[in-house]
Amino acid sequence: MSIIPHNIANIIVKEMKSYHVDENGYYGDFGGAYIPEMLYPNVEELRTQYLEIMNEPSFKEEFEQLLKDYVGRPTPLYYAKRLSEKYNTKVYLKREDLNHTGAHKVNNTIGQILMAKKLGKNRIIAETGAGQHGVATATVCALMGLECIVYMGEIDIKRQAPNVARMKMLGATVVPATSGSKTLKDATNEAIRDWINNPIDTHYIIGSVVGPHPYPDMVARFQSIISEEIKWQLQQKEGRENPDYVIACVGGGSNAAGAFYHYLDQPNVNIIAVEAAGKGIDTGESAATSALGKEGIIHGSKTLLMQTPDGQITEPYSISAGLDYPGVGPMHAHLFKSGRAEFVSITDADAMSAGLELCKQEGIIPAIESSHALAIFDKKQFNPDDIVVINLSGRGDKDLNTYIDYFNL
Amino acid sequence: MNRIQQKLQEDKKLLSIYFTAGYPSINDTLQIIKDLEKNGVDMIEIGLPFSDPLADGPTIQASSTQALKNGMTTELLFEQLKDIRKTVSIPLIIMGYFNPMMQYGVEAFCAKCAEIGIDGLIIPDLPVDEYHQHYQTIFDQYGLINTFLITPQTSEKRIRFIDNISNGFIYMVSSASTTGAKSTFGSTQASYFERIAAMQLKAPQIVGFGISNAATFEQATTTAKGAIIGSAFIKHLSNYGINAIGEFIQTIR
Repeated sequence: MSIIPHNIANIIVKEMKSYHVDENGYYGDFGGAYIPEMLYPNVEELRTQYLEIMNEPSFKEEFEQLLKDYVGRPTPLYYAKRLSEKYNTKVYLKREDLNHTGAHKVNNTIGQILMAKKLGKNRIIAETGAGQHGVATATVCALMGLECIVYMGEIDIKRQAPNVARMKMLGATVVPATSGSKTLKDATNEAIRDWINNPIDTHYIIGSVVGPHPYPDMVARFQSIISEEIKWQLQQKEGRENPDYVIACVGGGSNAAGAFYHYLDQPNVNIIAVEAAGKGIDTGESAATSALGKEGIIHGSKTLLMQTPDGQITEPYSISAGLDYPGVGPMHAHLFKSGRAEFVSITDADAMSAGLELCKQEGIIPAIESSHALAIFDKKQFNPDDIVVINLSGRGDKDLNTYIDYFNL
Repeated sequence: MNRIQQKLQEDKKLLSIYFTAGYPSINDTLQIIKDLEKNGVDMIEIGLPFSDPLADGPTIQASSTQALKNGMTTELLFEQLKDIRKTVSIPLIIMGYFNPMMQYGVEAFCAKCAEIGIDGLIIPDLPVDEYHQHYQTIFDQYGLINTFLITPQTSEKRIRFIDNISNGFIYMVSSASTTGAKSTFGSTQASYFERIAAMQLKAPQIVGFGISNAATFEQATTTAKGAIIGSAFIKHLSNYGINAIGEFIQTIR
């Protein structure tokens, strides 16, 4: 019999978690903070304070209150009856699409805006690709009365006019990123450059589990509410906390990090990360980073990224704007390399038809990002008594034009 | 002794020039280096272009994008430089981001630099701690001097640490900013320059970012050992081409 009291033993087990970030900011071989010296004070300030701040009772209380009353949490864990019948397994959908602003992104921006306030920052910057994180950031800045500057690729600004309008209505300044390929990676570069130029009063709200440590861990913790809820919701519905499978789409990987978080060290839970294959992995128009990427440095993090043999970062492609990031968060790179998670890639075509199927089967129009996770049923057979949780990360309103064009609606 | 260390011992204020390899045209590298030396420049930073240069302002970004479009690669740069030591004797430093070096292989990259006669590296996104733990022995093995940056926000403790592991010079970033030309420095810079001078560091400091003309060069080198000009030189190249390098250098000193 162990002489270590149970609660202490639990803590020790927690400390030994191998799939969470280590004390140096690494997930296995990935992570770290590969940043220019100009960013060091900002990142160091955050690194030394984020855990302490997140654990303050007043912080927790305000975070939980806002998630409940403002965001609308907990989001339902919905048993998808018709989908379950069709695929002869038990399918649950975690309804992040029902959050205020339409996706999981707001979990993180609420957390980070409170963090920014604790750090005494009064100017907020963010990057955005399709505009979802930009809208979620503009929303919380309006809520807190803070100045908000969102960097967005010039090309994305043209493609995502409604989200640009939303951000403007919410009081944000949208700055076009005109460098490089003029998309998400360049918007991120511009936000980082802004932070270099404004080191004192500015907090950078990164939208995914990417960037230098502590961002991947901090964002994962803010998103971990997703799996925290799944656990008690599943306990209520099925009498157990752990599903057989938890499945999420991965671009940078924030919704997946949140859905996987409390299951990372539960080996009985199978983790599946779904990447965007675009037009197909071998077509040159893809965003399947685990299949096409190599180890390298992007946006201050050592991870897998799509690049030329010469180390120049390449532009990915997916029909889903939220998945076409050339890298992937370091946690996911580690889950891939260690074999802890299974990585599957889904083409535009399969994702679009899975999205339409969810509309018809369950009356839910999903974001195209989330549709990639739903397409898992084309790739994988589950047992009838398997409990399969799919993180429905966002709603499809923002994608209506893409759906219209694709299906000639 | 490494060429950088020798140069730092000379009793003069040093002028270092940065340019992006492969810009304006793919084969301009050698002529630019030779003309800079001919015109009395003390040290040269050869920029290895990168698709995502986080620490750089618009001028160097644009030159990097153009250089990559022109077809510049790590391999090609090494090929262009292979006989450089037959004609050029001033210190040569490669400045670039870490990812292309990782893809080439850090050790292979260092070995190639040593073979060519490159004296040092500046890698803005390789933090000093990471270098110290994982790469310093490789750099030392190939006799390469790595250079670290400090900024007005860098703490005294960290500056001391950086000073301690620097065996060449400290790259003193003039202000909280990305690279880019400024026409004057204000009182903030002056007091920062004085504060660093008062620290009596063992490694000489060379100021970069925002040096563009005789006035800013003069201000920066009042206390520091030298200054680096990048964006202003790139602008000159894009306006006047590579046959007017002497005219630019003469305006500085």
